Amino acid sequence: MFTYYLRLAMISLKRNRILTALMVTAIALGIGMSMTSMTVLHMMASNPMSYKDEQVRRVQLDNWDVNEPWDEDNPTEPPDLMTYQDANNLVQAHKAEHEAAFFPNVLPLEPDKREIKPYMVEALFTTSGFFPIFEPPFRYGTGWTPAEDRNAARVAVIDSETNDKIFGGENSVGRKLRLGGEDFTVVGVLEKWRPTPRVYHVANGAFNDPQSVFVPFAFGIEKQLNSNSNNSCYKDSGPGYQGLLTSDCIWIDMWVQVKDEADAQRYLSFLNDYVGEQKKAGRFPRPVNNRVYTVSQFLEAQRVVGRDVRTQVWLAFAFFAVCLINTVGLLLAKFMGKAPEIGLRRAVGASKPAVFAQYLTESGLVGVAGGLLGLVLTGLGLLALRKLYAGTSIEKLAELDWTMVGLSLLIALVASLIAGLYPTWRACQVQPATQLKTQ
Amino acid sequence: MEFRPILNALLRNKTGLLLIALQVAITLAIVCNSVFIILQRIEKVNRPSGMDEQSLFTITSLGFAPDFDLRGSLRQDLEALRSIPGVVDATTINSVPLSNGGWSEGLETQPDSVPQEQRKNTPTALYIVDEHGVNTLGAHLVAGRDFTADDVSYRSRDDKGTPNSVIVTQALADQLYPDGNALGRPIYSGLGGKGSSTTIVGILERLQAPWVGWDKVEHAMLVPQYQDGEFDSSARYLIRTEPGRRDEVMKQAERKLGEVNTGRIVRGLRSIEEVRGESYRQDRAMTIVLTTVIFSLLAVTGLGIVGMVSFWVTRRVKQIGTRRALGARRFDIRRYFMVENVIVVGIGIALGLLMTYGFNLWLMKHYELPRLAWYYAPLGALTVLLLGQLAVFGPATRASRVSPAVATRTV
Repeated sequence: MFTYYLRLAMISLKRNRILTALMVTAIALGIGMSMTSMTVLHMMASNPMSYKDEQVRRVQLDNWDVNEPWDEDNPTEPPDLMTYQDANNLVQAHKAEHEAAFFPNVLPLEPDKREIKPYMVEALFTTSGFFPIFEPPFRYGTGWTPAEDRNAARVAVIDSETNDKIFGGENSVGRKLRLGGEDFTVVGVLEKWRPTPRVYHVANGAFNDPQSVFVPFAFGIEKQLNSNSNNSCYKDSGPGYQGLLTSDCIWIDMWVQVKDEADAQRYLSFLNDYVGEQKKAGRFPRPVNNRVYTVSQFLEAQRVVGRDVRTQVWLAFAFFAVCLINTVGLLLAKFMGKAPEIGLRRAVGASKPAVFAQYLTESGLVGVAGGLLGLVLTGLGLLALRKLYAGTSIEKLAELDWTMVGLSLLIALVASLIAGLYPTWRACQVQPATQLKTQ
Repeated sequence: MEFRPILNALLRNKTGLLLIALQVAITLAIVCNSVFIILQRIEKVNRPSGMDEQSLFTITSLGFAPDFDLRGSLRQDLEALRSIPGVVDATTINSVPLSNGGWSEGLETQPDSVPQEQRKNTPTALYIVDEHGVNTLGAHLVAGRDFTADDVSYRSRDDKGTPNSVIVTQALADQLYPDGNALGRPIYSGLGGKGSSTTIVGILERLQAPWVGWDKVEHAMLVPQYQDGEFDSSARYLIRTEPGRRDEVMKQAERKLGEVNTGRIVRGLRSIEEVRGESYRQDRAMTIVLTTVIFSLLAVTGLGIVGMVSFWVTRRVKQIGTRRALGARRFDIRRYFMVENVIVVGIGIALGLLMTYGFNLWLMKHYELPRLAWYYAPLGALTVLLLGQLAVFGPATRASRVSPAVATRTV
């Protein structure tokens, strides 16, 4: 029966090509516009650590100025980064399963091979807890140990690209790498790893690639480096690097891993006690206001999803609504125009459900056609977005994934069926007698 | 005018009326607010930065050799850069305006001895330049004097130097000293170590901060210093060329710096035009996306009206024929449909005005957008009204061609 309805629908759609084309185009435009913006939002709003959201916690302490909150627009929010002394104290205290304190900077890399010129690599100076917390996949080897953290061992984890470039993609664990003028031992090589957004460090670009090289935090301190990303001070720091280390300037990202929510609360009370202690020493002038955000809370607080993208999604859906309303109108016009035909069919014995099924099939067919064309438009839309946003973080996000392909087709079909419901229902109301009278 | 009969006829087809009105309403709301956002972005993208953008470029040197002498290298590099034919001037600078990366500092107009609660902290972007800074930027000094070589001190990891003089933008000066007499007055900050003060010696007409999205983007301050290994052994240079010679000089500058010293890496060669383009890319992209939305929306709504009216015309062929037979002119038939369209679109506009302001309120709340200027809604309404008339013109004309003879035929 369905194939028969399908054939009837095809004939009917072919008979009024312009109207059909209008409907299909309307749905396709709506799908194309909303799916394009949804894809970008979907990528932006994703949380690559969602599988252990409760365990991975961002630690934030409010050490800011007593008069000026960290964020004037949001005065209850503590600073997002941490001072060296606090990060160091928290790592030393080791009250969580793992601690990751880190900051990014660049290091000159001097390859052994003369044909490769020395170049700068983005490095993350981190404690060993980074690897068990964020679980970057290893191709060879592993991260380093807390013991190696403590004595600032010259050990490095490198990404697969660096490994390809310097060691020709071989297992380079145990090999030497010259970084910042010193010899490092490679202990691990990562697989391709690109968490989107780059949750662990969202300052200066939440959608940038991870650093290429990971070396111990203590080495960076020994080399007297600070972050090349964000540094903020609310008051003057003492002279020299020592002055920075003992200051209230914030520049370090701090994460811990806890067991569950209860454990997180236990860690929070440990933090509050710690801040209480520090207050006695004259630091932390503001009321106690510490956080152990989950990854998703942190991404939310950092407003990782751009406002422009959100606006675009809203607009796209409003646009989609207009396209659907349009389709409802056109389907209604079309089906009502067929009133004589429907009357005839009803008169010769077609039941209401049969008429209903046939016209819904026709609506669905419009939807599928619109969805397919919409998919093409989505592809074009993403291509255009990549061009428009070339060089910004959004460029990398404008990639079609299969969930979105499936979703667009489904939305197109469901939307067109919904759009078809009312016109179909109206079509079924046609009284066989009234139509036949004029024949 | 057959206003009442048209309305009566319309009310018998409530669904069609409602569908078109709803489309028109949403279209109006989106178009008004989108145009508003677009014009705001265009204004933002086009505002002047206060520097001679066309002729400026930047380049960075990063020393990695263990015995790298940054202080000597700074002198050498600047000399080499200034001697390239076509170069107007060059300076060191810690960060580039419009580049979205930089240094901010809180300024106070009262010394530390005043209780903290009574002091006001004014944030500003900081540019650390030498005595060639103002000239290289191409900034316009409106009061006071430029830096001299004597003003410039060294700023290292252990010694922050003694910046006794600074140049601020007019906007920052007005913020610090609202009485308008900022010149020669002191400011207090952490620039030169605890409790140090420095004097405003000059005021620039304008210079923007590096962060283009910052609400205090007009706050900038020039500090006369050389950064001597304060954070690492890198130096960023800003170079101004003669008009039209920038690209040629850029290539030479990169080559020359590479030759001067081999114990370092030369990188980050970029024109300010490029920097600006990147910083405003999101805004530019948003205007293009919104423009696309506006035109697609108008097209869809217009075509929808064409489709619906065509159908109505088909259904009413007999009625039209009858009217024609009874003496209605073609003009009357066409007018009927056009008036009908005005009514339908008018209902849509009434609904749309509510939506427009609702949407605007929502944007104001969530996106800190200002209130829509009053003329957007009437202009938008006029636009959709014209769109409706344009869309209905074709089908209405077709209706007016219906022959009176139709009335005598049965279908």
